[in-house]
Amino acid sequence: MTLFVVSSLLGGLNYIVTILNLRTKGMSMSRLPLTIWAIFITAILGVLSFPVLLSACLLLVFDRTFGTSFYLSDIIIGGEALHHTGGSPILFEHLFWFLGHPEVYIILLPALGIVSEVMSVNSRKPIFGYKAMVLALIAIAFLSFIVWGHHMFITGMDPFLGSVFTFTTLLIAIPSAVKVFNYLATLWKASIRFTPAMLFTIGFVSTFLTGGLTGLILGDSALDINVHDTYFVVGHFHIVMGLSAIYGMFAGVYHWFPKMYGRMMNKKLGYLHFWVTFICAYGVFFPMHFLGLAGLPRRYYTNSNFPMFDELTDINQLITTFAIVGGLIQFIFVFNFFYSIFKGTKATKNPWESNTLEWTTPIERMHGNWPGEIPTVHRWPYDYSKPGAEKDFIPQTEPLKEGEEEH
Amino acid sequence: MEGTLKNNTSKQLLWIGMIGITMFFAGLTSAVIVRSADRGWESIIMPQWFWYSTFAIVLSSITLMIAKRQVKKGISPTFYIVSSLILGLLFSCFQIMGWGQLVSDGIFLTGEKSHPAGSFLYVITLAHLIHVLGGLISLLVTTIKSAQVKYTKKNYLGIELTSIYWHFLDVLWLYLFVFLLYSLK
Repeated sequence: MTLFVVSSLLGGLNYIVTILNLRTKGMSMSRLPLTIWAIFITAILGVLSFPVLLSACLLLVFDRTFGTSFYLSDIIIGGEALHHTGGSPILFEHLFWFLGHPEVYIILLPALGIVSEVMSVNSRKPIFGYKAMVLALIAIAFLSFIVWGHHMFITGMDPFLGSVFTFTTLLIAIPSAVKVFNYLATLWKASIRFTPAMLFTIGFVSTFLTGGLTGLILGDSALDINVHDTYFVVGHFHIVMGLSAIYGMFAGVYHWFPKMYGRMMNKKLGYLHFWVTFICAYGVFFPMHFLGLAGLPRRYYTNSNFPMFDELTDINQLITTFAIVGGLIQFIFVFNFFYSIFKGTKATKNPWESNTLEWTTPIERMHGNWPGEIPTVHRWPYDYSKPGAEKDFIPQTEPLKEGEEEH
Repeated sequence: MEGTLKNNTSKQLLWIGMIGITMFFAGLTSAVIVRSADRGWESIIMPQWFWYSTFAIVLSSITLMIAKRQVKKGISPTFYIVSSLILGLLFSCFQIMGWGQLVSDGIFLTGEKSHPAGSFLYVITLAHLIHVLGGLISLLVTTIKSAQVKYTKKNYLGIELTSIYWHFLDVLWLYLFVFLLYSLK
């Protein structure tokens, strides 16, 4: 665990310092692709939150191995009390969730960045509200540090403190909504190219929205009491963070695969993969909200011992069916991935007609990425369908024409 | 050497790394705050040795500051870096002797007679000492390089980085010491 935290810390340090210092000529922070912005802010979150997990785990190791009592108290095993006294299990929750909440954004923010990029490319439109997107990322990152208490509403927390955490938690809805509106505005009246990557980004917007809505219920300390530790919570966070992050990841794989291996992934298999995954994923997690509202607790390894949950068995069977189908279809993706590495159709240099720098590199991989000088950047990465331009995309390396205004 | 890329990035890396370390100790000390607000928190008298070690580490920072001034003037800083190294080792010894005193006072890290206040004192001072170990290693490397006359008026990045980190450890200890004095009262 210590090594994991140290390595994630060093990786984060590398990202931050590289992005701050080693940008190519002309690549100002306001010309960075949103993917890079997202990774930059994710790295900052990691540097600030993982050390706190390390401190929590250090105390845990001392409790488990060396017999201290930081978290343990009054534990009776086999009729005999252990010597541990005076520890506080709530203390572990505080330290853990201080990491735990930023952690969900560490998972989600890179997906937000990838989606912004892939969506703009395949909409043939500039991303709507570039600055608002960056500010929303920063706002989400900042707020993620002051909401950890919403995981602990029923630990006996002072109700006033609970209402403070409710307030900060609901504030996150604002930058999240900014992002969703900007995605929708980017899609609005766009000439969309429905590549598999694009389908996954649209799937992302869907899950980010539906999962986010139930977050409003869970973030409220009064409403949370009813559904705390039920399947409602499982449904909420798997949709908003699990599915969204995975869709973002799939979008990234389908989009950048030609750059990685010089070949295209099979489009038809990609469509099959997307639709079955999308339907099955909702099929698994959407009914969970109803299970949760019916009171089914999470973390029980079997529910069949409790007759009051018998009526819910068929819903669980449905979920299981969807889960199995959804799991099996991933083999299609794995097959497509490895088959395309060797047998896929050869990719051109810039198959998606994208503006960002990586698509100006030659197809054959080489040390330093570019032969000769590294390119200079003259414009932001989202000049798609610019009025008056010859093509519907203008790579970042192309200088501004005479009389042309920057975005 | 001012303003070169390597110079800037190394310093930034160090600063951001130190922010990470700060968060680690912020986690530990806020754990003390949360726990001490609860029932059954015991008070501990700080061992004399911790006062001595505080003196040693402050002094080691001062000698390191002089070392940096020396190298800027073009004079060999080896003597002052070695002084810092010795004072740093002294700090570590005093910390360990402080633990010895705690044990003889009946305050234990683990076992039936231990209590969270004492355990926190041990774990926090141990965590700090592990970070000091890193500082001692880099002081040792700086000493060797300085003895080999690797540093010049223009190029003393190693000394600069070591002293930034060492002053950080110094300030961190001052914070922890004052914090522990107050919260274990």
